[in-house]
Amino acid sequence: MTDTILIIVGMTLVTFIPRFLPFLAFSRLRFPRPVKKLLRYIPPAALGALILPGVWTAIPNYPLVAIVGAAAAVICSWFKGEIILTVFLSVTVAFLGLYFLGY
Amino acid sequence: MASFPIFVGYIPVAVTFGLLAKSIGITLGETFLFSALVFAGASQFMALQLMQMGATPAQIIALTLVVNFRHFLMSSYLVTVFPIKGRPWLLPLLSFGITDESFAYFSTRPPREGINFVLGLQYSAYISWVGGTVIGYLFGNVLPSILQASMGLALYALFIALLVPEAKKSLSVAVVAVIGGLIHSFLAWFELFADGWNIILAILAAAGTGAWLLDEEEEVEN
Repeated sequence: MTDTILIIVGMTLVTFIPRFLPFLAFSRLRFPRPVKKLLRYIPPAALGALILPGVWTAIPNYPLVAIVGAAAAVICSWFKGEIILTVFLSVTVAFLGLYFLGY
Repeated sequence: MASFPIFVGYIPVAVTFGLLAKSIGITLGETFLFSALVFAGASQFMALQLMQMGATPAQIIALTLVVNFRHFLMSSYLVTVFPIKGRPWLLPLLSFGITDESFAYFSTRPPREGINFVLGLQYSAYISWVGGTVIGYLFGNVLPSILQASMGLALYALFIALLVPEAKKSLSVAVVAVIGGLIHSFLAWFELFADGWNIILAILAAAGTGAWLLDEEEEVEN
């Protein structure tokens, strides 16, 4: 077995196990109240942490373009609430920003 | 249609992965297996970089565990909203399909459409990830670089598009999201822990703050 194959197999296991364990363990078990409360706030906490600080470097070397594109997404999503429109608009704004900066 | 933003967001990243994998000299088969078996963007890029630096397999695998352990938190939440009663054979398939993006989608929009909808979204993302990887390896950079660079924003725009409507409905959701983002930025800025730990700590701290301080408001929901 080459090193690369060993790396792939090892990585497959360590990425799969954390995703699978909760399904294996919790699908037949009921959570106590404090845990339930915590779980309810996992989605916004995770989304916040996925967006920041990563969005700064979403477009390498052009943080400002990324921020303007992200701001466009926030505004569009606030008023329209449409996922596809928001993604499309945000990418378009970034594209125009890069174009005018002579990318 | 629901999976379209994920599809758009994955393609340029996957193409880049294929391209980079070729440039460090691993075979097409290995590159395919990377995306088909590991199916985890950030840690795949990290692995390429570490391989190039001459890291050992053990180091790479250990770091991957740390980087992807956040999915443990995401799965723990999703198990409460996925309609999985009486379908134990689907559990491995469903959990394999969990990514930041599909989590973001289902955590803000519980899948009332049923389990086929969940699998459909997860595996169309999977196909675009694996397909994009192979295309990148075989044909190099098929997208003009300016388009590729702007599409780097697509997944963030997706996260925003999923979060903002929820934040608009509930102040506590907005507060918890902002806290999560700020704590993660703070930890990352000062490089306090390894990358994977930063996001896990940020999620736990922000969700904990929400559960501890803000639970009054939404008590009715149960």
